[in-house]
This record gives sequence, C-alpha cells and structure tokens, in this order.
Amino acid sequence: MTNNALSKTEPGLNRRIIEEISESKNEPLWMKDIRMKSLEYFLNRPNPNFGVDISALDLNSIVNYVKPGAQNERSWEDVPEDIRENFEKLGIPQAEREALAGVGAQYDSEMVYHNMKESLKKLGVIFLEMGTAVREYPDLVKKYFMHLIPPNDHKFAALHGAVWSGGTFIYVPPNVNVPMPIQSYYLMGSPGMGQFEHTLIVVDKGSKLEFIEGCSGQNYSVSNLHAGAVEIYVEEGATVKFSTIENWAKNTYNLNTKRASVDKDGTIIWISGTMGSAKTMLYPSSILKGKGARAEYTTITYAGPGQHLDTGTKVFHFAPYTSSKVDSRSISFGGGYAFYRGLVRVSESAIHSKSSVDCSALMVDNVSKSDTLPIIEVMNNQSEIGHEAYVGKINEDQIYYLMSRGLTEDDAKALIVRGFLDPFIKQLPFEYAVEFNRIIDMHFNSKIG
Amino acid sequence: MELIKIIDLHASIGEKEVIKGVNLTVNRNEIHAIMGPNGAGKTTLINVIMGNPKYRVTSGEILFEGKSILNLSVDERARLGIFQSFQYPEEISGVTFMNFLRLAYEKMHPDQKMSVLEFGDMMVKIADSLKMDHNFLKRYVNLGFSGGERKKSEILQLSALNPKIALLDETDSGLDIDALKIVSEGINNASKNGMAVVLVTHYKRILDYVKPKFVHIFIDGRIVKTGGIELAEELERNGYEEVRI
Repeated sequence: MTNNALSKTEPGLNRRIIEEISESKNEPLWMKDIRMKSLEYFLNRPNPNFGVDISALDLNSIVNYVKPGAQNERSWEDVPEDIRENFEKLGIPQAEREALAGVGAQYDSEMVYHNMKESLKKLGVIFLEMGTAVREYPDLVKKYFMHLIPPNDHKFAALHGAVWSGGTFIYVPPNVNVPMPIQSYYLMGSPGMGQFEHTLIVVDKGSKLEFIEGCSGQNYSVSNLHAGAVEIYVEEGATVKFSTIENWAKNTYNLNTKRASVDKDGTIIWISGTMGSAKTMLYPSSILKGKGARAEYTTITYAGPGQHLDTGTKVFHFAPYTSSKVDSRSISFGGGYAFYRGLVRVSESAIHSKSSVDCSALMVDNVSKSDTLPIIEVMNNQSEIGHEAYVGKINEDQIYYLMSRGLTEDDAKALIVRGFLDPFIKQLPFEYAVEFNRIIDMHFNSKIG
Repeated sequence: MELIKIIDLHASIGEKEVIKGVNLTVNRNEIHAIMGPNGAGKTTLINVIMGNPKYRVTSGEILFEGKSILNLSVDERARLGIFQSFQYPEEISGVTFMNFLRLAYEKMHPDQKMSVLEFGDMMVKIADSLKMDHNFLKRYVNLGFSGGERKKSEILQLSALNPKIALLDETDSGLDIDALKIVSEGINNASKNGMAVVLVTHYKRILDYVKPKFVHIFIDGRIVKTGGIELAEELERNGYEEVRI
C-alpha cells in the first residue's frame, strides 16, 4: 500500500487544526461550532475510568486527518488503482454488483467511493458521504447530528465531534423497504492516524433498512486510533438491521460509540463482530423510547494474542411494552482478554417490558481471560427479565470426541469455536461468513475450510 | 488377518491402575463381545485403545496391523481406521451433523473425493437404513438428542466413516426392541466389508442380532474368561460370580 495522502494535519489537536479541517470541507458555521465545542469538552474531560488501559495511547502524536489522494467518486473506474485494489481484495465492488443497494468506501479520512442504485434514488432514499450531506441537506442533518451521542458524552465522543470526517448519511423516507443492504467500508492505510467517520441513519415511519459496516486496516508499529460514531434513528414502526464486522489492525485503539433510538413499535437489530484492534471499548446502545419498541443483539467478541476487547450492550427501556433480547458471546485464545459489560435499565414507566440477556464466554486455553459484568436495573415490578451467563473453558471431552472422528486437535478446536459463534456467523452476508470462518481456521492452524 | 493385538496391557488413571494385564487379538471380520460387571473397566479399555489422554499406558503393547499405536494421537488412530462409539456422545452446538460428518469423512478418506451432493445422497441412504428422519442431518451434533437418537447417531457415523474396527460401548443400552434390531442391522451391514467389532455390553440381548465369534468376561481390569456365545448364555443364567473361574 503506498501513501496516498496529499494533505494531512499535523499531529495532535488545537483550534487551528480544527479550523483547517472545517474549512477544507466548506462547512457551515453551525458544524464548525460543534467541532469547537467538542474540542473544549475533549481537552477538559478525563479518560474513561473503566475498560482498557489506554495510557500508552499518545493523543498528541495521532494525526487526526489524512486526506487520501482521491476524490469521492461514483464509479469504481475513477478511483485510483492503488486504492481501488484494496477494496477489490475485500470483494466490495463485486458484492455491490451482486447483492448491495449501495456502497460507501472510505480510505483514511475521506470517502473515495459512494454510490447507490438508481431505483433507490427514485424512492427518495438519500445515501451520501457525511460531509456532502452536511452541505446538501443541512436542515435534515442538523436535526439529528450528535443528538443521540452528544459531544460531551465522554472523552472520545468529544474527540470525534472535534475531528470527525467521512462516514455515511442515510435517510429512508416513510414506508420504503430498502430491498438490499447498503454497505460502508472503512480502511485505514496510514500509520499513526486517527479515523473518525460519522454514520447517521434516519429510517422514517414504517420503513426498513439493512446496513453493513466493515472495517480493517494496515498494521503498523505505531498506534492508530479509531473513534467513530454511529447514530441511528428508528422511527415509528421502522426496522433497522445494523451489522458490523470490525477487523482493525492489531495496532489500533478502537474507542467507538454507537447508539440507536427506537420509536413506537420500531426495531433495531444489532449484529456486531469485534475481532480486530489491540484494544476496544464498544457498547452499542439502544434507547427504547416508544411503546412496543424492540432491540435485538447478536454479538461476538474474538480476542486473540495481545488483544484486550471490552465490549458490551446497553439497553434503556423507557416506554411500556418494550422488549430486548441479547445474545452475546466471546472467545478468548492465545492470551487474549474478552470482557463483556452489559446494562439493561428498565424505567419506572416501562411497564410490561421484557428483556432476556444471554452472555457466554469460551476460553480456548489456560492463558486467555474472560470476564462478564452484566448489570440489570428494573424500576418497576411489571416487567419480565431473564438473564443467563456462562463462562467456561473449551471442553476436553468435546475435543476427544471430535478427534476420535479423525479431526486433529486444531481442527476440533476450530470447529467448536465456529459452532459457538454460529448464531452470529449465520447472520452475516455470505462473503463475510466465509471470511470469518477462514480467520478462525487461520488462528487455530486448522484446515477444515 | 490380525487387525489389533493387545499384549499384557496395563493402564492407569492418575495413580490408580484400571487396566491390569489385558491380552486380546481381534482379526479382520471378527465380532468380539466383552461382558462384565459395572466398573470392571470395559469402557476404559475402549478409551485406552482409542488413546484417550485421560489414561496412561504403564506397560504392554497395542499393535494395529502389526505396528504399535501407543505413540499415536487419538485422531491418528482414528485415521488408521479405529472407531469408538460412545455411550454418552458429546453435544457440539452450532455444528450440523452433515457438516461434521463430511469433515470427518474427508479426514478419514482423503483419497475419496465426493461432491457435497454425492455425500449428501450417501448420508440420506444411511439415515433411511437406520429409519432416521432426514432432518436429523441438519440438526446440531447430538444436541438435545434422545437416548435412542444418540445410539443411532453413533451407528450412522460408523456406517458413514467405514472404519476397520469398531469399538462399541453399550450401544444396546436404553434401546427398545425395534430400535435394537435397527441398530444391530446397522452394525451388521457395516461389518459386511470386513470390519471387526468389539462390542461392550451388559446384556445377551444384542448378541441375538449381532453374533460374536468370541465372548470375553471382563472383571477387575482383566479378561478372566473367553469362550463362544454359550458363555453369554451361562452368564445370563448364573451371573458373574459363577463364571469367574
């Protein structure tokens, strides 16, 4: 991968750098104000007092904006070949032709490709690179941007608000069923940089959308930082399925924030796979604010050598008859550390709500670690809450059984791990499922294919 | 042809000796029944032949087709053609029976290339012969199987993987008479191509269907007596104490 950066900011963060970013994007004043306010919050906020150890992350050495040597194009032909190749290796242009309604592809700090099928445009669906949306639909964006994740939420939300760049904006008008998924893919190609894409999805009444997010990066000896933000507004009766396969390089700090608000009878479905990065803190949250709103989670965290992945789910039941269902699984192997942090809060007014949380952790060997910390707070006595947790080592008898059928020990472990992760894998688009199985095989020296 | 030859085998779990000098030779095509009281070490003997790492061989020898297998891992022994059926087979969540079996088949028979469809056809035929619902193949391995389904699942694997010797651990226990007949027929079919069988059982019942050439009485870690089917009959009449000497 060659360095395509034509321009980038100097390392660290100050008002001048923020002005530079804002001006290069021709932003309206209100957005620049958000950035400036965020900067203040960032400078005044302490690091989180839980989760992973980020003392080795030197924010003064992170380059917060790196412009790729490419414009945002609507045809892959126009994307420079060296950048395009990276996305072709990931199979993205092919998947777009076969099974996607739209694709965004970000390299470093900017989208290099963003396009949607004509049929969807005719239905009034808006799918734009986030910065473009700020310029072209300022009123719509302003109504939602960083309302669910306010810049003063925590230190890395503030950092995001100050330096965000790229990402995707989607608006689906009422009663539109987007027939195929839309996908955005984020690649980090430069050493020592931070990526801060912003995803804002608004799905209006009675509509349906499936969105897929993929991330990966080039591994470097210096630290990279990812602090994206995802805000999803599910309006009355709408359904959003948001799937993520995160496979950042192992030098990356992934301190990411995702939140959805769900109105009456709406549904948010989170499919989330965290496997890359050195350290991750990620807790997709669902705010069930309308009567009958629902949240479903199928998440896996896959922590290998040198990784500390602190992930979880948060559900806030604020209205009656809301429901949530969480299936969260983690694998730790080769000294990896997986931590599940869950919260279900059922407010006093959220009567007749239902929640079931199932979190399980599988440790493949004696050097790996796993913890679960599920917190459930129920403020009324007319709700049904269920919780199951399992933390355990891989079962020797299972390995023996599989080996007695001719599988090597490595194959047996890989197969058990795959089986454990099956509820997640079968939710994935085919090419991701294949890729995921390939990665498991690789980690366990297995050749089960 | 001598398939497996066990010579003065001793094995322990922890510090405790559980196999105390077993001698047994099984030729191709032969069916051997091993009968004995609970806790005598019959299941342990099967585990030791298969190489279960819970047990440690302290002395003696196990030859398979003339070569020692004591230094081989469990999967290497399996790939030589040794098959163990389990009384309580493990559940593997998230892995379908079909995928698991296809994988196992590829490991056991790397030279035989079968397409997914061909393999599927073969499995359906075997499932039919065992009067098993085809949906069974789509279910997760042994997950939530009834006692009878587990036994059938083990015999289905045996039929599919086509080993040289089957070590069957109480395959008959907990089966009603119809299921017993079906399972026995499965074993007999599998042994048509020369497969040898070592069948551990408590009851003579299955030996009416799977006919052994030899019956061995196994007590306290050793074979104490060997004979033909008449030995099983004697056992049924008189119990283990009488046949001891």
